[in-house]
Amino acid sequence: MKTVDEIKAAIEAAVSGAAVTIVPNPSPAAQPSLLIGHEHAAAVAEFLRDAPEMAFDYLSNVSGVDWPDKEIAEKVKVTRQVVKTMDGVEQTVDETVEETRKRVEPGYLESVYHMYSVALQHGPLVLRMRTANRTDGTEMPSLTPVWRGAEFQEREIFDLYGIVFTGHPDLRRILMWDGFKDFPMRKDYVEPDDFEYEPTPHDDVLKRAQTHRAVVDAREQTGGGQ
Amino acid sequence: MAVDNELKIELGKQGIFVTTIEELYNWGRRSSVWPMQFGLACCAIEMIATTMARYDLARFGAEVFRPSPRQADLMIISGTVTKKMAPQVVRLYNQMAEPKYVIAMGACAISGGPFKQGYNVLKGIDRYIPVDVHIPGCPPRPEALIQAFMTLQKKIDGQSLTGEDRPRHLDAEAPCEFPVPEPGEHDLEPSSNPGVWTVPVVIR
Repeated sequence: MKTVDEIKAAIEAAVSGAAVTIVPNPSPAAQPSLLIGHEHAAAVAEFLRDAPEMAFDYLSNVSGVDWPDKEIAEKVKVTRQVVKTMDGVEQTVDETVEETRKRVEPGYLESVYHMYSVALQHGPLVLRMRTANRTDGTEMPSLTPVWRGAEFQEREIFDLYGIVFTGHPDLRRILMWDGFKDFPMRKDYVEPDDFEYEPTPHDDVLKRAQTHRAVVDAREQTGGGQ
Repeated sequence: MAVDNELKIELGKQGIFVTTIEELYNWGRRSSVWPMQFGLACCAIEMIATTMARYDLARFGAEVFRPSPRQADLMIISGTVTKKMAPQVVRLYNQMAEPKYVIAMGACAISGGPFKQGYNVLKGIDRYIPVDVHIPGCPPRPEALIQAFMTLQKKIDGQSLTGEDRPRHLDAEAPCEFPVPEPGEHDLEPSSNPGVWTVPVVIR
């Protein structure tokens, strides 16, 4: 199989305007992936499927990833002017101070596609797409029109992560029921508080059971019933 | 008992069969408990094995697995009850005619098992319907299911037809239908049926 750099070059040559970024993989697998933009996703996917030297005719797996907002603390050296009294005379002196600055890197949702070529016996190629954010911009083009095998897996990602795949022929929840409002695989998902009976609690479950107990006790004290 | 047991045996030797309506009635009930044919997870495989020749549940009068709840007496909750499946399980139970019994088979059916703290699994079917026999195990072996079945038969045998502890189907006041939980926005609503299940007291 060609290297990801070659594939990236081939995509950019074939689909004009397509922006492809190589996402390195620092783990022992060292399998880099290609991050593609929304606009040309369908064209890129069709190219990968139909180009004779690519022929990625088999979509093996689609998965979702939730990247929550990340708070990054950085130490920055800041030079500022300080008024100091030296030898009885007020002087303005430059002073270098180390300051910790926090910035929030906005999170996003990601879908990861693994493709193989049955015809050319190569693969996998890993494609990624990212949403704008985790709240109101969770759309992403569907690749089901290109690989039919993505249909149920994209539905599952929609169900558990809340990524809305535009162009998907039948985007409904697949595992949870239709009236369900949450996205259980997101990092900030809050489970229903049904920890009333935990006979052998430990670690996180113990904490949840104690929290539940405290909530129930507080409710009983205020006389809220039940 | 109106007839002394020794006298009964003695009469039996002489070819005279003495019984009571209660005994006859319970014998009939316990000897033809027909399970409903449905499985939820891997426990169902053990349940199927129990009915096959090696373990042969037919010895206990339970060989006929009925494909319709209308014809079944026993519901074997064989496996994980997901929150999506729970309303259907309760609905099927409601459709069964009295007298009806429930065996909760395996860790998942009795408590949620290894999936207890998951968002999608019900923490025990006894939150919605009354369970007669619980079997621990993951999955329980066929012997355990047979043991549960014999326990259920003993329970049926010990019931008296009148009085306070008479079986539910002879008590006009007792409920035979149980509210079906509604799939809500975050969880099943209600999360348990307080008429059937209350939070057990943990003794440490």
